[in-house]
Amino acid sequence: MTASPAPDLFSAYRLREGVADELFDAQGQMRPVWRRFVERFAKLSPEEVTTRFERADQYLRDAGVFFRQYSNEPLTERAWPLSHIPVILHEKEWEEICAGLTQRADLLEAVLADLYGPGRLVSEGHLPAELIAGSKQWLRPMVGVSPRGGHYLHVLAFEIGRSPDGRWFVLGDRTNAPSGAGFALENRMATGRIFPERFPRAHIHRLAGYFGAFRAAMERLAQGASGRERAAAILTPGPSNDTYYEHTYIARYLGLPLLEGEDLLVQDAQAMVRTIEGPQPLGVLWRRIDAAFADPVELDATSRIGTPGLVEAVRAGNLAMVNALGSGVLEMRAMLAFLPRVSEVLSGGPLKLPNIATWWCGGAAERAYVRENAERMMIGSAYACDLPFDLGATTALGGAFRGSARASIAEWLEAEGNMLVGQEAVTLSTTPAWVESGAGQNRIEPRPMTVRVFAARDAHGRWVFMKGGYARIGRSGDTTALAMQRGGAVADVWVVGDRPVRQETLFPKPIRGVRRASPGILPARAADNLFWLGRYVERTEDAIRLIRAYHLRLAATDNIDDARLRLLRSFLADYGIDLARPVPQALIERIEAARLCASKVRDRFSTDGWSALADLAKTARQMSQTARPGDDAARAMSVLLRKITGFSGLVHENMYRFSGWTFLSFGRALERADALSALLATFADPKAPTGTLDIAIEVADSVITHQRRYRMERSRETVVDLLALDGDNPRSLLFQIAKLRALAADLPNARDKGRLAALSRAIVPVESLLSVASPDEIPTARLHEMRGEIAEISDLVSRSYLR
Amino acid sequence: MRYDIHLSIDYTYAAPSDHLRNLVRLLPAELPGRQRVWSRKLTVTPTPDERRDTIDFFGNAMTSVVWHGPVAEAIFELSARVERLAVGDPLDLSPPLADLGAEVTGEMTLAPASPHHFLGASPRVVPCAEITAFARAAVPRGISAYGAVTALGHALHHHMSFDAEATTVDTPPREAFVQRRGVCQDFTHVMIAGLRGLGIPAGYVSGFLRTFPPPGAPRLEGADAMHAWVRAWVGREMGWIEFDPTNDQGAGLDYISVAVGRDYDDVAPVRGALRSAGSAETSQAVDVLPLDS
Repeated sequence: MTASPAPDLFSAYRLREGVADELFDAQGQMRPVWRRFVERFAKLSPEEVTTRFERADQYLRDAGVFFRQYSNEPLTERAWPLSHIPVILHEKEWEEICAGLTQRADLLEAVLADLYGPGRLVSEGHLPAELIAGSKQWLRPMVGVSPRGGHYLHVLAFEIGRSPDGRWFVLGDRTNAPSGAGFALENRMATGRIFPERFPRAHIHRLAGYFGAFRAAMERLAQGASGRERAAAILTPGPSNDTYYEHTYIARYLGLPLLEGEDLLVQDAQAMVRTIEGPQPLGVLWRRIDAAFADPVELDATSRIGTPGLVEAVRAGNLAMVNALGSGVLEMRAMLAFLPRVSEVLSGGPLKLPNIATWWCGGAAERAYVRENAERMMIGSAYACDLPFDLGATTALGGAFRGSARASIAEWLEAEGNMLVGQEAVTLSTTPAWVESGAGQNRIEPRPMTVRVFAARDAHGRWVFMKGGYARIGRSGDTTALAMQRGGAVADVWVVGDRPVRQETLFPKPIRGVRRASPGILPARAADNLFWLGRYVERTEDAIRLIRAYHLRLAATDNIDDARLRLLRSFLADYGIDLARPVPQALIERIEAARLCASKVRDRFSTDGWSALADLAKTARQMSQTARPGDDAARAMSVLLRKITGFSGLVHENMYRFSGWTFLSFGRALERADALSALLATFADPKAPTGTLDIAIEVADSVITHQRRYRMERSRETVVDLLALDGDNPRSLLFQIAKLRALAADLPNARDKGRLAALSRAIVPVESLLSVASPDEIPTARLHEMRGEIAEISDLVSRSYLR
Repeated sequence: MRYDIHLSIDYTYAAPSDHLRNLVRLLPAELPGRQRVWSRKLTVTPTPDERRDTIDFFGNAMTSVVWHGPVAEAIFELSARVERLAVGDPLDLSPPLADLGAEVTGEMTLAPASPHHFLGASPRVVPCAEITAFARAAVPRGISAYGAVTALGHALHHHMSFDAEATTVDTPPREAFVQRRGVCQDFTHVMIAGLRGLGIPAGYVSGFLRTFPPPGAPRLEGADAMHAWVRAWVGREMGWIEFDPTNDQGAGLDYISVAVGRDYDDVAPVRGALRSAGSAETSQAVDVLPLDS
């Protein structure tokens, strides 16, 4: 019996003539691999479908999965465009695809080894010298450099599609720094929320085995032939990159440190990570930055994200690169014109999986062919590394230009032929996609798709494939590659067996006994960002309390010339905070500074903590539009205060006590000590106007304690006693300085040849003074001095650990 | 002709920073049949913590130096004795310019001397429509490839004037061409752009000029610092020839080669990176004295 899906859902699912479909075969029969899934799905009520889809979206939002768009605004994010219906492929079909791609992966490795080695393919005429020499991705300094571990390529991705005859073909190879493996994981987590039942879950191959094999290979590469302990890490361009989120996600998932170029240095041809414990040797880098940017001394001199000397470390065989610097040369479109022939030459056989038919227009015959068949071609740059459907403005499709002002295609081909390729304008297969059309009219429609397949070498150098992946889904029914441009959605790809499949986890062998992984190295830059995050958060909280104190008094007196208000205004003005606006711009900037620090350490930071900061920033911005001076502003500050203490609570309660936490706490305690000194120096100064002692007590959140300890008495002595000298009051100087001393003792190299290191030596005298002094021994001038001593402690932390 | 060469380049850094790394290309090249190196020595002060001498892709001697601690000033001193061998004015055996493309295509190699490296855009010389138009106008129809090189060099020499103040080391060729002034680096980059625009593979040569001309001859421009000129590939038969657009002449006995590349970026005498990018001041002194007269 054929499946009879709920008619209202599938009524719009119409197959197109001459287009293959994933759900139905050429005879219009539902493919068996889909049948059970469709039967189950059709049984769900429309409400249930909506609820389940919402659950997946909620998961993605909670997990903080987002897509960064290129823009000038550094933190623009948009929701992850999940297409909720998976693409389902049978494991037999997947195996065939992977067999074809294994051959292709080996071919790509051989081509790369030749291009950076003997150059036979060029000298024998199988690849044009002009094409390779003209590629910015072919890096001359890497010629003749053998890769550590013997392989140039370790991670690959292939974009594949199904042609109308049902066969799979390759649209492009990702050989430089393929992205998307982390997104495939997230898609899988999200679809697990939609389809949690044993069927289909037990039948779907897991993704974890792929990552486990890759992780083991990284460790093997890091160690190299020497067998010595060497770190493995991921090298990212940083938070402004559009796939930075994926870098942080995959770093957390694999337990690898996420580094930026400035975290590294090269000494005696050995790459080292700058950590809080000094430089630590590194054996392998999974590079997510463009190769040319990796080393400003030997490669692109304009790079600001590279590490001087990295090429030297690679050349000396001390550093493996995943993938080799210069592997991007294989990504240029023109390469697809030659790979079929090169396959015959190098492996003696044709490609098992063809690639998109491509003609390099540098040859007269090819140029003529492309000119004559221009109406069924995409014509574009030979050197472009993006996929055929990422059409630029200077592309011709179907014989017509897209946005370019050229006279004719023939003329264009004649003038710039060696810079151009023609590629067959392919037709892609369609797959079911959920289309929301409002008013309960949701339905399933066919949409074009391509699948990204990931391959990596295992510890023995063999290719393993992710069993699944992710699919790009076009945004309209148009099955030409055109519809696949930006703005489409992504879907999970299920590789399904007839019977429940053996389940794999990230680490294939169970760990005997309890062997905790060490928390790993802490790069100095990450520690620096955590330290400043701590400082900015505390600084923000302090400002909120002061602004609230101002508006409370403004509401009570309604007199902006009140002496206390004047003092508060001038005190805050020293910090650049202008009270003319109820939610000052400078306050929002402080919150953004904290967020910027947090954004640079997202791999070490809880998702909840990140969301709390984002929420704080959003609320502050909204309030700045509406809050009015006086009571209203004071209430607004109370709201912000609750939110920021919520963030602090999350960090305090939930963050693992590794050395990163120490720096965050150190930053907070240091900032609080400084703020208290400044507060007392101004508001507990004997010359300060009446009523300012109350401000000091209130801003230091010690109103109740002060009442209990001193009853109705209130003098400079009681306030200094409580806020500077009382070691039991968490809002006292002594308490914060003692905390600094304890934290410093936990840091690496806290002792130096049996003595306290410089940092502790700077803290101890301050603590001793506060422990024995009486309030009259801490006059205003001494408080100002103390701020200088605190600044010195800050400098010492930076000098000892943070660079 | 033998020369004693003394060069000193001095960098002063405003904000000394740890881990300074430099790539130095200052050692004169050994060029069989054209240039013989009797002795060459590069002294770096203060003594770097690491020093490695290698050969880069284009065959140039390259020295990598690293200081692990902070460095406020770095001095690179070259002393060399180099003999430039007499090579007569070349006989023009180059193909007609129109046929050069076919000869380039026939060179199926990516070896360092392959013309293919020198036709497309390079880091500092990208195709420029204005310069290409100028080059087309400067070159008569039906001319040989070699003839085209000298014709363009001559035309450029008259179009642009030498001006040590008009440009910096980072001035793009188009800008120097439009303002019609610059130093040897600008002349060279503009001519490379023009030659590539004509389909002639062209690259950059860094080196030295003798400081004082032979008696009776004028002092050449660019003799008080390192010099730069053009090399061009004019066919299978003649291969690479060298021309100095700043002085409108072939690079003969007065020229000592150090390094070749696609443009300045490939041959910069000192390429470096301070960890924290601070400003640096540089000064240069050169003496190139003939031993034989």
